[in-house]
Amino acid sequence: MILQNLIALLVIIPLLAAPACLLLPRRLAWGAATLVSAAVFALAALLLWRVQVQGVVSYHLGGWPPPWGIEYRADALNALVALIVAAIGALVMPYARRSVAAEVEERNQAGFYAAYLLALSGLLGITLTGDLFNLFVFLEISSLSSYILISQHRDRRALVAAYQYLVVGTIGATFLLIGIGLLYGMTGTLNMADLAERLPLVDGTRTVYTGFAFIVVGVGIKLALYPLHWWLPNAYTHAPSVASAFLAATATKVAVYVLLRVLFTVFGAEFSFRSAFFHSALITLAAAAIIAGSAMAIVQVNVKRLLAYSSVGQIGYMVLGLAMLSGLGLTAATLHLFNHALMKGALFLALGCVALRLGGCGLHDMKGLGRRMPLTMAAFVIGGLSLIGVPGTVGFISKWYLVLAAIELGWWPLIAVILVGSLLAVAYVWRVVEVAYFQEAEGERCEAPLSMLIPTWILLLANIYFGLDTRLPVTLAQDAALLLTGGNP
Amino acid sequence: MDWLAHHLGQYNYWVAIFLMMTGFYTVISRGNLVKQIVGLNIFQTSVFILYISLSNVEGGAAPIVREGVKLFSNPLPHVLILTAIVVGVATTALGLALTVRIREAYGSIEEDDIRAKDDAL
Repeated sequence: MILQNLIALLVIIPLLAAPACLLLPRRLAWGAATLVSAAVFALAALLLWRVQVQGVVSYHLGGWPPPWGIEYRADALNALVALIVAAIGALVMPYARRSVAAEVEERNQAGFYAAYLLALSGLLGITLTGDLFNLFVFLEISSLSSYILISQHRDRRALVAAYQYLVVGTIGATFLLIGIGLLYGMTGTLNMADLAERLPLVDGTRTVYTGFAFIVVGVGIKLALYPLHWWLPNAYTHAPSVASAFLAATATKVAVYVLLRVLFTVFGAEFSFRSAFFHSALITLAAAAIIAGSAMAIVQVNVKRLLAYSSVGQIGYMVLGLAMLSGLGLTAATLHLFNHALMKGALFLALGCVALRLGGCGLHDMKGLGRRMPLTMAAFVIGGLSLIGVPGTVGFISKWYLVLAAIELGWWPLIAVILVGSLLAVAYVWRVVEVAYFQEAEGERCEAPLSMLIPTWILLLANIYFGLDTRLPVTLAQDAALLLTGGNP
Repeated sequence: MDWLAHHLGQYNYWVAIFLMMTGFYTVISRGNLVKQIVGLNIFQTSVFILYISLSNVEGGAAPIVREGVKLFSNPLPHVLILTAIVVGVATTALGLALTVRIREAYGSIEEDDIRAKDDAL
């Protein structure tokens, strides 16, 4: 029963639990959300295992066969993304109790957990659905709930950040909707696999090209692909720490997944990259994201904003791997998707501990923090090393594959870009290290509570473990890359 | 003349594009948060019209099964757009709710005022 409906349950359970969170007595909301996200994580692991064993898992909602009904479809790529989302979701929840209690008004806390579950459900829905319109609906579910999550911080600037994100996000989603409508008009279908079969029949029409453009720009906004990134730093800076960690580790990853899916499965690499202009534009934007995002990170005085700009840069690495179109490049992109979720999740969680004790994340407040919060800052430093790409951490593995892929293609200037990006990362991580370890401490020792340190350190140990024993993520990423290039060798 | 007839014959798309750009321009150019939401609404509505006109079949009747009617318009985009309308309502509601909270916190819904108040900190 559970096995048969596995995919649907992954989406349905958090969706149903969200209103339950509001109906339950207030103090039970956190417990319910934690239980549900743990259950979802177990189901996601089960799904990935099943995909490994038996290949593609397809589920027909309501028993209607595709392309008439909505199909949920799990393969090597999206089962992995679903596992990342569910794992981060399950880790963030035990952490959330103390952090949310400090940052969100008490009467809004149950609502915060409900919105979190909706966001989880939406992100899993985007990942698992095989239907393009259904993808739009889940995109809006996850977006609307993330606007709520962001707005819940006590600081009033969170409201403005959430509002700006709402306006930009809605424009992005509406672009996607226009694109989907144009494709439907040309093919009469919304199922992704069916679209992939029918699009070649109407290839070369202006409507299909227009639809393609709308979809790519719409997803680009959600992805915060440079220069469509400006909503992201505000949103991540002012959101409650839990929301920043959860969204930074999952929401942009899911957007990368959508881009991969649309470019490689729905349109096919042959169509998507036929235009040399589009291909080189994507590469240029990715390179610009790496340099500009990392450079902007260096000058920030708020560490949360610094990490947000660093995310803009890291998204550049993923898009760069994607634009290489080779098996190795796609492996690097998928691997970085997995690895970046681990490192950014850990870093934002560490910063959440800092915010709990200091009430903010200003760089100037963090003087000598290495002595006041040794475990938290050690976590931050290791996460930073992973972000730079030091051997022994996951960051090294994905950059290694990315450089290998660039060498394979002979793209020497891009190797320089990747290396400069890493050097810039050294600079911005060093700024925090310098303040935290080489300046006089102002105040008592104030280590964060264990309920917050443990999830942070679990993610960090995963950073180191998968940096040393790379078999699991590399195999999974290679399977995903094979799947993406398989249809179009 | 043929060129003109061809393009004017599909005036429904011109209406959709005109509304789309009106809404989009309003969102970009206005500093008032409520006006931005109005622009966003017009922008979304234009997409509803785009979908509805896509579904029209020449000479087709409304998609209700009746005796003697063979040709129907495609009902699927109508249903899709019902979903998109619900999404649009939710977005508007949330946007307006945020605007109310911003008004309470800042005492203004003009973007310039809000920015000035944050910079003053």
